[in-house]
Amino acid sequence: MSFDLLFDPLFRVPFFTGLLLAGMLPLIGMYLRLRNEWLAALAFAQMASAGALLAMVLSWPMIVGGVLAALLAALAKGLMARAGANAYALMLLFAWGGGVLLVANHPLAEQAGHALFDGQLYFTGEGHLLAAGLACVVVLPLLAWLSRPLLLGRFFPEFYRARGRDERPRLMLFDLLAGLVVALATVSLGVMAAFALVFVPPLLAYRFGRGWRPGLVLAAVIGMLGYSGAFTVSLGFDQPFGPVCALLLVMLIAVPSVKCDRM
Amino acid sequence: MAEVLLRVTDLTAGYAAPVAGPLGFELCRGEILGLAGPNGAGKSTLLKALWGGVKVFGGRVEKAPGLTISHQAQGFDDLRGVPLTGLEMLQLTGATPDGLPPWLEERLHQRLDRLSGGQLQFLRLWACLTAPADLVLLDEPTNNLDRAGVAYLADWLGRAHGNQGIVIVSHDHTLIDDVCTRIVEVGT
Repeated sequence: MSFDLLFDPLFRVPFFTGLLLAGMLPLIGMYLRLRNEWLAALAFAQMASAGALLAMVLSWPMIVGGVLAALLAALAKGLMARAGANAYALMLLFAWGGGVLLVANHPLAEQAGHALFDGQLYFTGEGHLLAAGLACVVVLPLLAWLSRPLLLGRFFPEFYRARGRDERPRLMLFDLLAGLVVALATVSLGVMAAFALVFVPPLLAYRFGRGWRPGLVLAAVIGMLGYSGAFTVSLGFDQPFGPVCALLLVMLIAVPSVKCDRM
Repeated sequence: MAEVLLRVTDLTAGYAAPVAGPLGFELCRGEILGLAGPNGAGKSTLLKALWGGVKVFGGRVEKAPGLTISHQAQGFDDLRGVPLTGLEMLQLTGATPDGLPPWLEERLHQRLDRLSGGQLQFLRLWACLTAPADLVLLDEPTNNLDRAGVAYLADWLGRAHGNQGIVIVSHDHTLIDDVCTRIVEVGT
Protein backbone atom coordinates (compact mmCIF):
# COMPACT_ATOMS: atom_id res chain seq x y z
CA MET A 1 0.00 0.00 0.00
CA SER A 2 1.49 3.32 -1.06
CA PHE A 3 -0.13 6.69 -1.37
CA ASP A 4 3.04 8.39 -2.63
CA LEU A 5 1.84 7.81 -6.19
CA LEU A 6 -1.01 10.23 -5.54
CA PHE A 7 1.49 13.08 -5.67
CA ASP A 8 3.26 11.77 -8.76
CA PRO A 9 2.83 14.23 -11.68
CA LEU A 10 2.17 11.20 -13.91
CA PHE A 11 -1.24 10.78 -12.32
CA ARG A 12 -2.31 14.41 -12.34
CA VAL A 13 -3.69 14.34 -15.88
CA PRO A 14 -5.77 11.17 -15.30
CA PHE A 15 -7.02 12.53 -11.98
CA PHE A 16 -8.21 15.87 -13.33
CA THR A 17 -9.68 14.26 -16.45
CA GLY A 18 -11.74 11.96 -14.27
CA LEU A 19 -12.65 14.75 -11.85
CA LEU A 20 -14.15 16.88 -14.64
CA LEU A 21 -16.14 13.91 -15.92
CA ALA A 22 -17.20 12.93 -12.39
CA GLY A 23 -18.74 16.38 -12.04
CA MET A 24 -20.61 16.21 -15.35
CA LEU A 25 -21.83 12.59 -15.35
CA PRO A 26 -24.14 13.00 -12.32
CA LEU A 27 -25.71 16.09 -13.91
CA ILE A 28 -26.49 14.09 -17.04
CA GLY A 29 -27.77 11.32 -14.77
CA MET A 30 -30.16 13.71 -12.99
CA TYR A 31 -31.95 14.45 -16.25
CA LEU A 32 -31.82 10.85 -17.49
CA ARG A 33 -33.45 9.76 -14.23
CA LEU A 34 -36.02 12.55 -14.57
CA ARG A 35 -37.00 11.06 -17.93
CA ASN A 36 -36.83 7.47 -16.63
CA GLU A 37 -34.04 6.87 -19.11
CA TRP A 38 -31.12 6.00 -16.86
CA LEU A 39 -30.65 2.68 -18.66
CA ALA A 40 -29.74 4.68 -21.76
CA ALA A 41 -26.48 5.68 -20.03
CA LEU A 42 -25.38 2.04 -19.85
CA ALA A 43 -26.33 1.56 -23.50
CA PHE A 44 -24.31 4.67 -24.47
CA ALA A 45 -21.33 3.43 -22.43
CA GLN A 46 -21.41 -0.01 -24.05
CA MET A 47 -21.74 1.54 -27.50
CA ALA A 48 -18.82 3.88 -26.76
CA SER A 49 -16.76 0.92 -25.60
CA ALA A 50 -17.49 -1.10 -28.74
CA GLY A 51 -16.83 1.97 -30.91
CA ALA A 52 -13.49 2.62 -29.21
CA LEU A 53 -12.43 -0.99 -29.73
CA LEU A 54 -13.47 -0.92 -33.37
CA ALA A 55 -11.54 2.33 -33.84
CA MET A 56 -8.46 0.73 -32.37
CA VAL A 57 -8.69 -2.21 -34.77
CA LEU A 58 -9.06 0.26 -37.65
CA SER A 59 -6.07 2.29 -36.35
CA TRP A 60 -8.24 5.30 -35.51
CA PRO A 61 -7.99 7.17 -32.20
CA MET A 62 -10.11 5.26 -29.65
CA ILE A 63 -11.68 8.45 -28.30
CA VAL A 64 -13.01 9.29 -31.76
CA GLY A 65 -14.50 5.83 -32.23
CA GLY A 66 -16.07 5.91 -28.78
CA VAL A 67 -17.62 9.34 -29.20
CA LEU A 68 -18.94 8.58 -32.70
CA ALA A 69 -20.52 5.30 -31.58
CA ALA A 70 -22.18 6.94 -28.56
CA LEU A 71 -23.47 9.84 -30.67
CA LEU A 72 -24.89 7.30 -33.11
CA ALA A 73 -26.57 5.58 -30.16
CA ALA A 74 -27.97 8.92 -28.99
CA LEU A 75 -29.43 9.59 -32.43
CA ALA A 76 -30.91 6.09 -32.54
CA LYS A 77 -32.38 6.64 -29.09
CA GLY A 78 -34.08 9.81 -30.28
CA LEU A 79 -35.53 8.05 -33.31
CA MET A 80 -36.65 5.04 -31.28
CA ALA A 81 -38.11 7.11 -28.45
CA ARG A 82 -41.33 5.11 -28.40
CA ALA A 83 -39.45 1.85 -27.88
CA GLY A 84 -38.16 3.24 -24.55
CA ALA A 85 -36.17 0.90 -22.35
CA ASN A 86 -36.46 -1.92 -24.89
CA ALA A 87 -34.35 0.08 -27.34
CA TYR A 88 -31.67 0.74 -24.71
CA ALA A 89 -31.52 -2.92 -23.71
CA LEU A 90 -31.18 -4.03 -27.35
CA MET A 91 -28.49 -1.42 -27.97
CA LEU A 92 -26.67 -2.54 -24.85
CA LEU A 93 -26.73 -6.21 -25.86
CA PHE A 94 -25.66 -5.40 -29.42
CA ALA A 95 -22.70 -3.29 -28.27
CA TRP A 96 -21.63 -5.73 -25.57
CA GLY A 97 -21.76 -8.68 -27.98
CA GLY A 98 -19.81 -6.82 -30.65
CA GLY A 99 -17.22 -5.54 -28.16
CA VAL A 100 -16.55 -8.93 -26.60
CA LEU A 101 -16.22 -10.59 -30.00
CA LEU A 102 -13.70 -7.94 -31.04
CA VAL A 103 -11.69 -8.57 -27.87
CA ALA A 104 -11.82 -12.33 -28.41
CA ASN A 105 -10.73 -12.22 -32.03
CA HIS A 106 -8.29 -9.36 -32.31
CA PRO A 107 -5.05 -9.30 -30.32
CA LEU A 108 -4.85 -5.49 -30.37
CA ALA A 109 -8.32 -5.16 -28.91
CA GLU A 110 -7.69 -7.48 -25.98
CA GLN A 111 -5.65 -5.12 -23.81
CA ALA A 112 -7.77 -2.12 -24.69
CA GLY A 113 -10.87 -4.16 -23.95
CA HIS A 114 -9.64 -4.95 -20.46
CA ALA A 115 -8.81 -1.28 -19.91
CA LEU A 116 -12.32 -0.27 -20.96
CA PHE A 117 -14.11 -2.93 -18.97
CA ASP A 118 -11.86 -2.70 -15.86
CA GLY A 119 -11.57 1.07 -15.99
CA GLN A 120 -7.83 1.72 -16.15
CA LEU A 121 -8.03 5.45 -15.70
CA TYR A 122 -4.25 5.83 -15.48
CA PHE A 123 -3.84 5.35 -19.24
CA THR A 124 -5.66 8.55 -20.06
CA GLY A 125 -3.56 11.28 -21.61
CA GLU A 126 -3.64 14.99 -22.27
CA GLY A 127 -5.98 14.45 -25.23
CA HIS A 128 -8.58 13.05 -22.84
CA LEU A 129 -8.11 15.98 -20.46
CA LEU A 130 -8.48 18.46 -23.29
CA ALA A 131 -11.62 16.70 -24.54
CA ALA A 132 -13.12 16.61 -21.03
CA GLY A 133 -12.32 20.32 -20.53
CA LEU A 134 -13.90 21.26 -23.85
CA ALA A 135 -16.90 19.09 -23.04
CA CYS A 136 -17.33 21.01 -19.76
CA VAL A 137 -17.26 24.33 -21.60
CA VAL A 138 -19.85 23.13 -24.12
CA VAL A 139 -22.05 20.84 -22.06
CA LEU A 140 -22.60 22.83 -18.86
CA PRO A 141 -24.11 25.98 -20.44
CA LEU A 142 -26.20 23.88 -22.83
CA LEU A 143 -27.43 21.73 -19.98
CA ALA A 144 -28.43 24.85 -18.04
CA TRP A 145 -30.35 26.02 -21.13
CA LEU A 146 -32.01 22.64 -21.58
CA SER A 147 -32.97 22.26 -17.92
CA ARG A 148 -36.35 24.00 -18.22
CA PRO A 149 -37.51 22.14 -21.34
CA LEU A 150 -36.43 18.83 -19.84
CA LEU A 151 -38.28 19.52 -16.59
CA LEU A 152 -41.33 20.76 -18.50
CA GLY A 153 -41.26 17.57 -20.54
CA ARG A 154 -41.73 15.59 -17.35
CA PHE A 155 -44.11 17.83 -15.39
CA PHE A 156 -46.08 19.46 -18.22
CA PRO A 157 -45.56 17.30 -21.31
CA GLU A 158 -48.03 19.35 -23.35
CA PHE A 159 -46.55 22.75 -22.51
CA TYR A 160 -44.65 23.35 -25.75
CA ARG A 161 -47.04 21.53 -28.07
CA ALA A 162 -50.02 23.52 -26.76
CA ARG A 163 -48.04 26.64 -27.69
CA GLY A 164 -47.34 25.28 -31.18
CA ARG A 165 -43.68 24.60 -30.48
CA ASP A 166 -41.79 21.38 -31.12
CA GLU A 167 -39.73 20.21 -28.14
CA ARG A 168 -38.05 17.33 -30.00
CA PRO A 169 -34.94 19.23 -31.21
CA ARG A 170 -34.15 20.17 -27.60
CA LEU A 171 -34.65 16.61 -26.41
CA MET A 172 -32.42 15.36 -29.21
CA LEU A 173 -29.73 17.87 -28.23
CA PHE A 174 -29.81 16.52 -24.69
CA ASP A 175 -29.43 12.97 -26.01
CA LEU A 176 -26.36 14.04 -27.98
CA LEU A 177 -24.84 15.76 -24.94
CA ALA A 178 -25.49 12.68 -22.83
CA GLY A 179 -23.91 10.47 -25.50
CA LEU A 180 -20.86 12.75 -25.71
CA VAL A 181 -20.19 12.90 -21.96
CA VAL A 182 -20.80 9.19 -21.40
CA ALA A 183 -18.52 8.33 -24.34
CA LEU A 184 -15.69 10.53 -23.04
CA ALA A 185 -16.14 9.00 -19.60
CA THR A 186 -16.19 5.47 -20.98
CA VAL A 187 -12.88 5.83 -22.81
CA SER A 188 -11.34 7.55 -19.78
CA LEU A 189 -12.88 5.82 -16.74
CA GLY A 190 -14.25 2.58 -18.17
CA VAL A 191 -17.79 1.37 -18.87
CA MET A 192 -19.07 0.57 -15.39
CA ALA A 193 -17.35 3.44 -13.58
CA ALA A 194 -18.96 5.84 -16.06
CA PHE A 195 -22.33 4.21 -15.54
CA ALA A 196 -21.93 4.20 -11.75
CA LEU A 197 -21.25 7.95 -11.82
CA VAL A 198 -24.34 8.55 -13.95
CA PHE A 199 -26.54 6.35 -11.81
CA VAL A 200 -25.58 6.53 -8.13
CA PRO A 201 -25.10 10.25 -7.31
CA PRO A 202 -28.53 11.17 -8.77
CA LEU A 203 -30.10 8.36 -6.78
CA LEU A 204 -28.85 10.04 -3.59
CA ALA A 205 -29.64 13.54 -4.83
CA TYR A 206 -33.23 12.56 -5.63
CA ARG A 207 -33.58 11.26 -2.11
CA PHE A 208 -31.87 14.02 -0.18
CA GLY A 209 -32.00 17.09 -2.47
CA ARG A 210 -34.12 19.94 -1.12
CA GLY A 211 -34.97 21.12 -4.61
CA TRP A 212 -33.82 20.70 -8.19
CA ARG A 213 -30.85 23.05 -8.10
CA PRO A 214 -29.64 21.85 -4.69
CA GLY A 215 -30.11 18.34 -6.05
CA LEU A 216 -27.86 19.07 -9.02
CA VAL A 217 -25.17 20.49 -6.76
CA LEU A 218 -25.45 17.53 -4.39
CA ALA A 219 -25.18 15.02 -7.25
CA ALA A 220 -22.09 16.71 -8.70
CA VAL A 221 -20.41 16.92 -5.28
CA ILE A 222 -21.16 13.26 -4.53
CA GLY A 223 -19.81 12.30 -7.95
CA MET A 224 -16.56 14.21 -7.50
CA LEU A 225 -16.02 13.09 -3.90
CA GLY A 226 -16.84 9.48 -4.73
CA TYR A 227 -14.53 9.59 -7.72
CA SER A 228 -11.69 11.16 -5.70
CA GLY A 229 -12.10 8.51 -3.01
CA ALA A 230 -12.08 5.72 -5.57
CA PHE A 231 -9.02 7.17 -7.30
CA THR A 232 -7.14 7.36 -4.01
CA VAL A 233 -8.10 3.85 -2.90
CA SER A 234 -7.40 2.19 -6.24
CA LEU A 235 -4.02 3.89 -6.58
CA GLY A 236 -3.06 3.35 -2.96
CA PHE A 237 -4.01 -0.35 -2.98
CA ASP A 238 -3.01 -0.97 -6.61
CA GLN A 239 -6.50 -2.04 -7.67
CA PRO A 240 -8.36 -1.45 -10.97
CA PHE A 241 -10.22 1.84 -10.80
CA GLY A 242 -13.57 0.78 -12.30
CA PRO A 243 -14.64 -1.82 -9.74
CA VAL A 244 -13.33 0.28 -6.82
CA CYS A 245 -15.35 3.27 -8.03
CA ALA A 246 -18.50 1.19 -8.54
CA LEU A 247 -18.20 -0.50 -5.12
CA LEU A 248 -17.49 2.74 -3.30
CA LEU A 249 -20.47 4.47 -4.86
CA VAL A 250 -22.76 1.53 -4.05
CA MET A 251 -21.55 1.75 -0.45
CA LEU A 252 -22.51 5.42 -0.46
CA ILE A 253 -26.05 4.32 -1.28
CA ALA A 254 -26.10 1.51 1.26
CA VAL A 255 -24.96 3.54 4.28
CA PRO A 256 -27.67 6.25 4.26
CA SER A 257 -30.28 3.63 3.33
CA VAL A 258 -29.47 1.57 6.42
CA LYS A 259 -29.32 4.69 8.56
CA CYS A 260 -32.68 5.94 7.31
CA ASP A 261 -34.33 2.54 7.67
CA ARG A 262 -33.28 2.40 11.31
CA MET A 263 -34.67 5.85 12.10
CA MET B 1 -66.58 44.22 -28.23
CA ALA B 2 -64.06 41.83 -26.64
CA GLU B 3 -61.42 40.22 -28.86
CA VAL B 4 -62.37 36.80 -30.25
CA LEU B 5 -59.70 34.30 -29.21
CA LEU B 6 -61.13 31.12 -30.64
CA ARG B 7 -63.76 30.21 -33.21
CA VAL B 8 -64.70 26.51 -33.39
CA THR B 9 -66.96 25.26 -36.16
CA ASP B 10 -68.40 21.71 -36.42
CA LEU B 11 -65.32 20.20 -34.76
CA THR B 12 -65.07 16.41 -34.66
CA ALA B 13 -61.96 14.85 -33.16
CA GLY B 14 -60.52 11.56 -31.96
CA TYR B 15 -57.58 9.21 -32.28
CA ALA B 16 -57.80 6.42 -34.87
CA ALA B 17 -61.40 7.44 -35.57
CA PRO B 18 -63.61 10.36 -34.54
CA VAL B 19 -64.95 9.92 -31.02
CA ALA B 20 -66.23 13.39 -30.16
CA GLY B 21 -68.16 16.22 -31.68
CA PRO B 22 -69.48 18.01 -33.56
CA LEU B 23 -68.81 21.09 -31.47
CA GLY B 24 -69.10 24.75 -32.27
CA PHE B 25 -68.56 27.91 -30.22
CA GLU B 26 -66.82 31.26 -30.12
CA LEU B 27 -64.74 32.41 -27.17
CA CYS B 28 -63.82 36.00 -26.40
CA ARG B 29 -61.19 37.35 -24.03
CA GLY B 30 -62.65 37.52 -20.51
CA GLU B 31 -65.09 34.68 -21.07
CA ILE B 32 -65.18 31.35 -19.22
CA LEU B 33 -66.78 28.64 -21.28
CA GLY B 34 -67.87 25.37 -19.71
CA LEU B 35 -68.00 22.16 -21.74
CA ALA B 36 -70.59 19.98 -20.06
CA GLY B 37 -71.85 16.54 -20.89
CA PRO B 38 -72.06 12.94 -19.72
CA ASN B 39 -69.02 10.72 -19.17
CA GLY B 40 -67.69 9.41 -22.47
CA ALA B 41 -69.07 12.32 -24.49
CA GLY B 42 -65.53 13.26 -25.52
CA LYS B 43 -65.16 16.55 -23.63
CA SER B 44 -61.45 16.03 -22.87
CA THR B 45 -60.78 14.91 -26.45
CA LEU B 46 -62.42 18.06 -27.80
CA LEU B 47 -60.43 20.18 -25.36
CA LYS B 48 -57.20 18.62 -26.65
CA ALA B 49 -58.33 19.17 -30.24
CA LEU B 50 -58.36 22.92 -29.57
CA TRP B 51 -54.55 22.98 -29.52
CA GLY B 52 -53.81 20.02 -31.80
CA GLY B 53 -53.28 17.36 -29.14
CA VAL B 54 -55.54 14.89 -30.97
CA LYS B 55 -56.51 14.34 -34.58
CA VAL B 56 -59.15 16.65 -36.01
CA PHE B 57 -61.43 14.75 -38.41
CA GLY B 58 -63.76 17.55 -39.39
CA GLY B 59 -64.64 21.17 -38.83
CA ARG B 60 -62.31 24.07 -38.06
CA VAL B 61 -60.49 25.62 -35.13
CA GLU B 62 -59.56 29.22 -35.86
CA LYS B 63 -57.26 30.97 -33.40
CA ALA B 64 -56.49 34.64 -32.99
CA PRO B 65 -53.05 35.49 -34.43
CA GLY B 66 -50.24 34.76 -31.92
CA LEU B 67 -52.62 33.06 -29.48
CA THR B 68 -50.78 31.31 -26.64
CA ILE B 69 -52.48 28.34 -25.01
CA SER B 70 -51.97 26.78 -21.59
CA HIS B 71 -53.48 23.33 -21.09
CA GLN B 72 -53.99 21.66 -17.73
CA ALA B 73 -54.38 17.98 -18.55
CA GLN B 74 -56.16 15.43 -16.42
CA GLY B 75 -53.93 13.16 -14.33
CA PHE B 76 -50.14 13.13 -14.34
CA ASP B 77 -47.11 10.98 -13.78
CA ASP B 78 -46.12 9.76 -10.38
CA LEU B 79 -43.79 12.53 -9.22
CA ARG B 80 -42.62 10.84 -6.05
CA GLY B 81 -38.88 11.03 -5.60
CA VAL B 82 -38.25 14.00 -7.90
CA PRO B 83 -36.56 16.76 -5.91
CA LEU B 84 -38.53 19.73 -7.22
CA THR B 85 -40.08 22.38 -4.99
CA GLY B 86 -43.46 23.98 -5.56
CA LEU B 87 -41.83 27.30 -6.40
CA GLU B 88 -39.55 25.63 -8.94
CA MET B 89 -42.59 24.04 -10.57
CA LEU B 90 -44.34 27.40 -10.89
CA GLN B 91 -41.19 28.93 -12.38
CA LEU B 92 -41.19 26.25 -15.08
CA THR B 93 -44.37 27.55 -16.68
CA GLY B 94 -43.68 31.18 -15.82
CA ALA B 95 -46.59 31.19 -13.34
CA THR B 96 -46.72 33.53 -10.38
CA PRO B 97 -47.08 32.52 -6.73
CA ASP B 98 -49.02 35.76 -6.10
CA GLY B 99 -52.59 34.97 -5.18
CA LEU B 100 -51.98 31.41 -4.04
CA PRO B 101 -54.06 30.33 -1.05
CA PRO B 102 -52.14 30.77 2.23
CA TRP B 103 -52.23 27.03 2.97
CA LEU B 104 -50.20 26.44 -0.17
CA GLU B 105 -48.05 29.55 -0.20
CA GLU B 106 -46.35 28.50 3.02
CA ARG B 107 -45.40 25.15 1.46
CA LEU B 108 -43.90 26.54 -1.74
CA HIS B 109 -40.35 25.71 -0.69
CA GLN B 110 -41.17 22.10 0.10
CA ARG B 111 -40.56 19.30 -2.35
CA LEU B 112 -43.59 18.27 -4.37
CA ASP B 113 -43.50 14.77 -2.93
CA ARG B 114 -43.97 16.27 0.55
CA LEU B 115 -47.33 17.76 -0.49
CA SER B 116 -50.70 16.05 -0.31
CA GLY B 117 -52.45 14.98 -3.51
CA GLY B 118 -54.86 17.91 -3.26
CA GLN B 119 -52.09 20.45 -2.65
CA LEU B 120 -50.12 19.08 -5.58
CA GLN B 121 -53.16 19.19 -7.87
CA PHE B 122 -53.90 22.79 -6.87
CA LEU B 123 -50.30 23.82 -7.48
CA ARG B 124 -50.24 22.10 -10.84
CA LEU B 125 -53.50 23.77 -11.75
CA TRP B 126 -52.11 27.13 -10.64
CA ALA B 127 -48.98 26.60 -12.74
CA CYS B 128 -51.19 26.32 -15.84
CA LEU B 129 -53.76 28.88 -14.83
CA THR B 130 -51.37 31.74 -14.15
CA ALA B 131 -48.78 30.90 -16.81
CA PRO B 132 -48.51 33.63 -19.44
CA ALA B 133 -51.22 32.58 -21.93
CA ASP B 134 -54.22 34.07 -23.71
CA LEU B 135 -56.29 30.91 -23.56
CA VAL B 136 -56.37 28.45 -20.64
CA LEU B 137 -57.85 24.97 -21.06
CA LEU B 138 -58.73 23.23 -17.80
CA ASP B 139 -59.59 19.53 -17.81
CA GLU B 140 -61.37 18.41 -14.63
CA PRO B 141 -59.58 21.03 -12.49
CA THR B 142 -61.36 20.02 -9.28
CA ASN B 143 -60.17 16.40 -9.30
CA ASN B 144 -58.42 15.62 -5.99
CA LEU B 145 -59.21 19.08 -4.58
CA ASP B 146 -60.86 19.34 -1.19
CA ARG B 147 -63.79 21.68 -0.54
CA ALA B 148 -61.50 24.60 0.40
CA GLY B 149 -59.51 24.14 -2.80
CA VAL B 150 -62.63 24.07 -4.99
CA ALA B 151 -64.01 27.16 -3.24
CA TYR B 152 -60.73 29.06 -3.66
CA LEU B 153 -60.54 28.11 -7.35
CA ALA B 154 -64.14 29.17 -8.00
CA ASP B 155 -63.56 32.48 -6.22
CA TRP B 156 -60.35 33.16 -8.15
CA LEU B 157 -61.92 32.28 -11.50
CA GLY B 158 -64.82 34.55 -10.70
CA ARG B 159 -62.69 37.64 -10.24
CA ALA B 160 -59.24 37.31 -11.83
CA HIS B 161 -59.56 36.02 -15.37
CA GLY B 162 -60.17 39.27 -17.24
CA ASN B 163 -57.19 39.05 -19.59
CA GLN B 164 -57.69 35.46 -20.62
CA GLY B 165 -60.27 33.21 -22.16
CA ILE B 166 -60.86 29.97 -20.28
CA VAL B 167 -62.46 26.70 -21.34
CA ILE B 168 -63.34 24.29 -18.55
CA VAL B 169 -64.27 20.63 -18.77
CA SER B 170 -65.67 19.39 -15.49
CA HIS B 171 -68.13 16.91 -14.08
CA ASP B 172 -68.53 19.35 -11.17
CA HIS B 173 -71.79 21.05 -12.18
CA THR B 174 -71.62 23.47 -9.26
CA LEU B 175 -68.27 24.82 -10.45
CA ILE B 176 -69.48 25.07 -14.04
CA ASP B 177 -72.67 26.86 -12.99
CA ASP B 178 -70.85 29.18 -10.58
CA VAL B 179 -67.95 30.40 -12.73
CA CYS B 180 -68.81 29.93 -16.40
CA THR B 181 -70.17 32.80 -18.39
CA ARG B 182 -71.49 30.31 -20.95
CA ILE B 183 -72.03 26.55 -21.10
CA VAL B 184 -71.90 24.36 -24.20
CA GLU B 185 -73.33 20.87 -24.01
CA VAL B 186 -71.29 18.12 -25.64
CA GLY B 187 -72.75 14.83 -26.87
CA THR B 188 -76.38 15.78 -26.63
